[in-house]
Formats: sequence, structure tokens, C-alpha cells
Amino acid sequence: MMGGKLFRNFSFFSATLSFFLLVGIFAILFTYAQESMHEFGFDFLFNGTWEADEDDEGGIFGGFIPIIGTLLSTIIAMVIATPLAMGIAIFLTEIASEAIAKPVSIAIELLAAIPSIIYGMWGLFYFAPIVQSTVGGNGVGLLTAGIVLAIMIIPFMAAITRDSMNTTPLVLKESAYAMGATKFEVIKDVIMPYSKGGIIGSIILALGRALGETMAVAFLIGSVMSIPRNITDPTTSIPVLLANNFAEAQDLEMSSMYYLALILFVVSFFIITIAKFYFLGRKVK
Amino acid sequence: MAKENLVMEIKDFSFTYAGAEKPSLKKINLPIEENKITAMIGPSGCGKSTLLRAMNRIHDLYPGNKYEGKINLYKADGSKQNILDIKKENDFIKLRQEVGMIFQKPTPFPMSIFDNVAYGLRLSGIKNRSELEGRVEKALKGAAILDETKDRLKESALGMSGGQQQRLCIARAVALKPRVLLFDEPTSALDPFSTGAIEELIAELKEEVSVVIVTHNMQQASRLSDYTAFMYLGDLAEYDKTEKIFLNPTQKLTEDYITGRFG
Repeated sequence: MMGGKLFRNFSFFSATLSFFLLVGIFAILFTYAQESMHEFGFDFLFNGTWEADEDDEGGIFGGFIPIIGTLLSTIIAMVIATPLAMGIAIFLTEIASEAIAKPVSIAIELLAAIPSIIYGMWGLFYFAPIVQSTVGGNGVGLLTAGIVLAIMIIPFMAAITRDSMNTTPLVLKESAYAMGATKFEVIKDVIMPYSKGGIIGSIILALGRALGETMAVAFLIGSVMSIPRNITDPTTSIPVLLANNFAEAQDLEMSSMYYLALILFVVSFFIITIAKFYFLGRKVK
Repeated sequence: MAKENLVMEIKDFSFTYAGAEKPSLKKINLPIEENKITAMIGPSGCGKSTLLRAMNRIHDLYPGNKYEGKINLYKADGSKQNILDIKKENDFIKLRQEVGMIFQKPTPFPMSIFDNVAYGLRLSGIKNRSELEGRVEKALKGAAILDETKDRLKESALGMSGGQQQRLCIARAVALKPRVLLFDEPTSALDPFSTGAIEELIAELKEEVSVVIVTHNMQQASRLSDYTAFMYLGDLAEYDKTEKIFLNPTQKLTEDYITGRFG
């Protein structure tokens, strides 16, 4: 009896812990960001200056550059990753024979499990010089970060999309073939609409992941506080700025960083909520 | 059985599934009469669905199956084609437009009612809006579902009842003006009322098209069909006019099956 009650309490505690953590993290970000929020208000979002005074006590801090850097690198990644991931998923579910689909599926799942710092190192030492020699620029910059981000989210997106395409009932596909549809038409008219929810969900989850990626982007984006004029220019992103500046920041700068973190938190939270509950939670009849 | 009345003719047809050692169908010989309803009955695993699925070569979606013998399809112009010779995707498409199929469970596509019926027409290259509308309306009327759907053609087909969905699937197949329609237990997922509506519809359809229906329901076979094929363990055990099969079968096996002594 005693053991049952203990276990019940323990599992209740574990389950509620995650909820309190979520609320707690939000509360802390919100509290520490107060100083900066009072000082800069919503103009913070549109101000491109990030400068501490000489005595380190104050300064002007605006999130415009890291916000733009985050958005642009994410957009580049999504534009590259989405069609490729769809192609992989379609190939795996509809085109490849079992003998090919199996090993490719496993490879994709393993790719998704590689720690991001490894992608960062590979990107910096191997891939950045390739970008530099083909499109110009310094090697590190928006484009390199965006492409490596794309490579990181492709496996993840492809795997979810594949799973959701696999839920298309066989008989539905057969009836489309029985109407005289080609393979391409079955994919376009039956499989894609049927798994639409899962496909959009996977895109949004990948988007959330790309927005918050720190390590790989820190290696590759250049970490320069300037607005990129060109796709190969270096800039910075929210997670990269936070990771680079936390050690020496104080007072208002610290608070401004919490403000940035809060923005990222809220945006990611909404993105993942929409993806999980609206698109992936809903089962298509 | 004069040849000019046949729409299909199955000759010495054997079929082996990919990876299987033994054939699932052994030297089947079966005529399919034009504008008649042919029922295929028999216990589960006898091969009746396998045979049906060979008649539009839907088996070919999965690689490795082996065919032997012939399945001839007689065209409207009197020419004949052995459908087992088909190799190119274009010819498969033509075959499946001439030999349509209705499945056990209704399979509306995730699109509007109108688009479901227009789907095959669009695939076959009809783009003209008014021609599409005319043929969709005619097909819905032909499938006895126009009255229920004419005010909601733009709504998703997924919102219809099971019986309506199945009639929609029939309309979708009829729209292509096929020579043959294959029904694979079309009412086994439906309630008795919807089943009645579908049976009535199939009976009317034979004016326009030849029907082959696989069913587990003896009453359905005897009510509906003109000819009945009884299959057992991959063989065609008996084929004749439906009255003959049900009233006076020549084989003991057939009699045992239709009287419910096994199955």
C-alpha cells in the first residue's frame, strides 16, 4: 500500500515538474528582462545598436541585428531544407525499394542524432572554404550558416514527413491508381493532401529547431554585430549573441540579453505549440 | 458462349505472389459476359480477390508477382488485348480507365465531392469546365447520389456517410465510362440500408457496363448476379448461370458452400 502511494506521488511530482519548469523559466526571463524592457520598450526590436558605455554601467542595446540574423539564417535554411526533405520522404515512401529505403532511413535517423557542434566544426573547416571559393565572401556568414542549418534540419524533417506519408492508407493509393493515376499524380493528389498536417507540422518543428540552434551557427555566422548587406556577409543571431556575450555582460546589457532570450522563448514556444497541437496532434480521418 | 458477348476472357491463368512458392490461382478459365453481372464467391483465401485484382493489374503496384496464361479484354471496336502483355505505364493507365475498381471500404480522396468525381476525368485529359461539370453531374446521377450532393459539391467528401462515400466512389469510376467495373466486396463495410442502395445501383449499372463482383454474401450473389463463379483453394470449382449454381450445382463442394455447410 505504502509503496503504491509513494510511487503515485513520485510520478505526479515528475509529471508536474516539467510544467513548473516551463512557467519558472518564463518567469525568470521575464523578471530579469524588466530593466531592459523599461529602458527600451518595443523599440528594442527595431534598434540596431548594441553598445555598452565605457564604464560598463549602461549603454544602448537593441535586438534588431540578432533578430534579423536569426530570421534570415532560418529562412535560408528552410528554403533549402524543405524541398530536399520532401524529396527524401517521397523517395523513401513511394519510390525506393525496401532494400534501399531501409539503409537510407537508418542513415537519416543517425544524421539527426549527430551533435550540432560536429556540424559546426565540419561547416567551419570544410564547408565554409567551399562556400567562399564558389560564391565569394569570407567563408563564414549568413549563407554558410543557413546551408549548414539546412543540413541539420533535413533529416529531422524528412523523418517526420516520411512517417506521416506512411500513414496514407494503402487502399486509398490503390484506388487512385485504379482511376488511372500515375505515381506522380498519386503522390501529388492523394499522399500530399492526406499527410498535409504532418508535413506542415514537421516544417514548423524544424523551423523551431533552426531558430534556436546555437553551437553550429556560432561557428559559422561570423558573430559580427552588423546588418548583412549581402547573403554571404557575416552577422549574428540571438542564440549566438547570448552565448558569446554572457561571460562579460553586466546590468543593462545582461538584462537586454534576457529580453532577447525572452523573445526567442516566446517565439519558439508558439511555433512548437502550433506544430504539436494543431498539425501533428490532429489525426486526419 | 459466343465470343461476341464476352468483354473479358480469362484463359489458363495462374498467379503467384512475390516470394510465394505455390501459385495462388491455378489455370483459371473464366468468361466475363458483356453487360452482365458475374459474381465470384468462395471461402476466404480461395483466390477470388486475387483474380479480381489481376483483371486491372492492380497487383503490379507491388513488384515480383508472376502471371501465366492470358486475360483478354475485348474493346468496343471488337479488337482484343491480352492485358498480361502490358508493360508501359501509359498502357496501365488506359487499362485502369477501361477496367475500373471499387474497394471494400469507401475510399474518397481528401478533396471535394466534385473533385473526387472529376479526378479521373481530369487525369484522362479533360480540362474544359463545362464538359467536366456535365460528366460529373451525369456520373452522380448514374450512381443515384445526385440529389444528396448537388447542393454540397464543393464540400469535402470525407464528411459524407459510409454509404454515400461508396456511391461516390462508384460515381467516380462510372464517370470514366469503363467497359468493366470490378467490385471487391463493396458492401461488407456498410449497413443493410446502404447495402440495399448499392445493390440496386449495381443492378442498374449493367445497362452501361459489365460488372464483376466479389462477395461473401450468398444472398447478394444470388439476388444480383447473372453468372456465378465458385472458387476454392485457387481453383475455379464451378461456373454457370446463377440460378443453376444456387438451385442445382453440379459439384458437391459448391452445394456445401452455398448452403452454409462450410465457409
